[in-house]
Amino acid sequence: MTPIVKVVVRLVGGFIFLYGCYIVLYGHLSPGGGFAGGAIIAAGLILSRLAFGTTAKQEKSASISSSIFESTGGLLFLLVGLLGLFVGGYFFINLFPSFGTQGRLVSAGSIPFSNIAIGIKVAAAILSIFLVLASTKYIFKE
Amino acid sequence: MLDLIVLLIFMIAAGIVAVEIKDLLASVIALGAVGFAVAIGFIMLAAPDLAIVQIVIEVLSVVFFVAVILKTTHVDSAAGRPYKPADIFTFVVFGVFALAFVYFGIRLFAGLAPMSRELGQVASHYLTQGLAETGAVNRVTSVVLDYRALDTLGETTVLFTAVIGVLAVLRLEGRRK
Repeated sequence: MTPIVKVVVRLVGGFIFLYGCYIVLYGHLSPGGGFAGGAIIAAGLILSRLAFGTTAKQEKSASISSSIFESTGGLLFLLVGLLGLFVGGYFFINLFPSFGTQGRLVSAGSIPFSNIAIGIKVAAAILSIFLVLASTKYIFKE
Repeated sequence: MLDLIVLLIFMIAAGIVAVEIKDLLASVIALGAVGFAVAIGFIMLAAPDLAIVQIVIEVLSVVFFVAVILKTTHVDSAAGRPYKPADIFTFVVFGVFALAFVYFGIRLFAGLAPMSRELGQVASHYLTQGLAETGAVNRVTSVVLDYRALDTLGETTVLFTAVIGVLAVLRLEGRRK
């Protein structure tokens, strides 16, 4: 890519990642949530990957780590549901919903944990789809 | 309501352009126009949660398509081909199913209450009791992750399955020659 794109991505990439984290963490207070925030985080990672390019070794390690993160996010979300089953009595019951102050960051019980798990999972899933569809390793090996 | 109708007409026009145009890169750009029009429609209908997801997913899917097209080809090899009898059979079957879908859709919505500001029993329970029962200020999140969390688990499973499917179809390593 041209130097213009590289400089802009170097300036903006971190802020996109931070904005994704904000959307995930404040999902129970403002519009957004795990799915939207995870997609924004994946967009930031894909942007830097498109601007600077990668080597085959980096692609391999990125695909391994993204599949690990995806499985971890899915299992964390399932763990939140199973905690509700074993502690509260119902699958996905909201534990301690009245803990903290309503409208502040620490509130809403287990909903923020579900948001974080879904955010990790969606970011890793979209990144791994991108790695498969757009990396040189997979398309038309001559 | 009029601006929403204008937006829908724009989406139909962009969809026809995306199907009919010869250059695949231009087709992908027309498809992106449809997606952003959907996002603007969500904002008009006061659904910012959906609008955020729609914008990000639309940008990502356009990036995916452009990345793949730049590495392969952007000439549509099927364009300008004369229709075969099998194609005409496909058109007729699709038309019959589309008409049946529209007919049953009209039958279904004629039986429902008209869309208005009055809420059903379940929706008004979510709006009045949602904050007290879940503690989440954003009611969409309280529905998605508390009342309907099992549906969200199914949604994540769908995404997981999609990734597994893409990996299984497109991988080249370990495939027998």
